[in-house]
Amino acid sequence: MRLAARDWLALIRPGDYLVLLLAAVLVGLLGRHFWRGGEADRAEIRAAGKLFATVPLSAPQVITVPGPLGLTKIEVDIGRARVASDPGPRQYCVRQGWLSTAGAVAICAPNEVTLALLARQPAYDSLGY
Amino acid sequence: MTRSVIELRPDASDIRVARFATAAIVLSLAEAAIPLPLPGVKPGLGNIVVLIVLWRWGWRDAAWVALLRVFAASLLLGQFLAPGFFLGLSGALASLCALGAAMHLPRRWFGPVTASLLAAFAHIGAQLVVARLWLVPHDGVFALAPIFALAALVFGLINGLVAARMLAELEACGAPS
Repeated sequence: MRLAARDWLALIRPGDYLVLLLAAVLVGLLGRHFWRGGEADRAEIRAAGKLFATVPLSAPQVITVPGPLGLTKIEVDIGRARVASDPGPRQYCVRQGWLSTAGAVAICAPNEVTLALLARQPAYDSLGY
Repeated sequence: MTRSVIELRPDASDIRVARFATAAIVLSLAEAAIPLPLPGVKPGLGNIVVLIVLWRWGWRDAAWVALLRVFAASLLLGQFLAPGFFLGLSGALASLCALGAAMHLPRRWFGPVTASLLAAFAHIGAQLVVARLWLVPHDGVFALAPIFALAALVFGLINGLVAARMLAELEACGAPS
C-alpha cells in the first residue's frame, strides 16, 4: 500500500513537530560547538622573533610593523588577516593572500615579520604517529 | 529418587515478547549487512519493533524486546562482549529510559515520532559518553557528535513514522492488544 506524503504527515502529532524542531536546533548547536576548531579568532604578529602584537579578528584594522628592510603592513579583517605589503624582494607572504584558518602562517623572512592565526583551542599543524 | 520436573508455562506476554524480539533481531541482522560510512551510524530498524511494543503493550514488554535484541543480535553477529556490544547495550538502556519518560507524555499531542526521536537521541548520547569514558578517552570523539545527532534526527523521524504507520494499521485491522 502506497501512502501519499499527506498521509505520512498525518501521522505526526502537533507535539512531535515541537520535538522535531528542538532536535534540529540541538543538531545545529552541536555542530556549531564542536566544529568551530578551525575558525581563527586572533592574529599574532611577530617581528624579529619577538611578539609584536596580538589582535582579535573582530574589527578591520591595519597594523604597520617595522623590520630591517622597512615597514610591513598587515591588514586585519573580520575572521581573516593578510600581509598587505612588504618590502621583501619576492613577496611570498603578500601573495599568500587572506589567511582565515587557525594555524595558518605567513612569513616575510627578509623583513623578519610573521603573521599567524590562532584559535581559542590551539589547532595541530601536524600529527605524528 | 524423586523426579522433579520444572515446567515453564509461557503466558501470552512471554509469547508476545518472544515473537517481537525475533522480529527485532531479524531487523538488526539485516541492518548489519548494510554498509555504513561511520561505525555507530545505523538506522536502528529494530527500534521500530520496540516502539510498537511500547505503544501497545507498555514499557515492561518493550524493555524485554529491546534487551533480548541487543544480546541475541550480538551473539549471532559474533559481537557479544565486544566494544560494539557495550555501546549498543548502553544505548538500549538509555533509550529505554527515554521511552519510559516519553510514554507518559499526553498522547493527544505526542505520538510515536516523539518517542522515537527521544530514544534515538538518548541512544547516541549514551554511546558517546561510554565511548568517551572507555574506548576513546579523548574529547576528540565529540567531534562526531553532530554527525551522530543528525543521524539520530533523520533515523528517529523515519523509524517513528514507520512505527506510527504500523500502529495505525494494527488499530485499523483491530488486532487484539
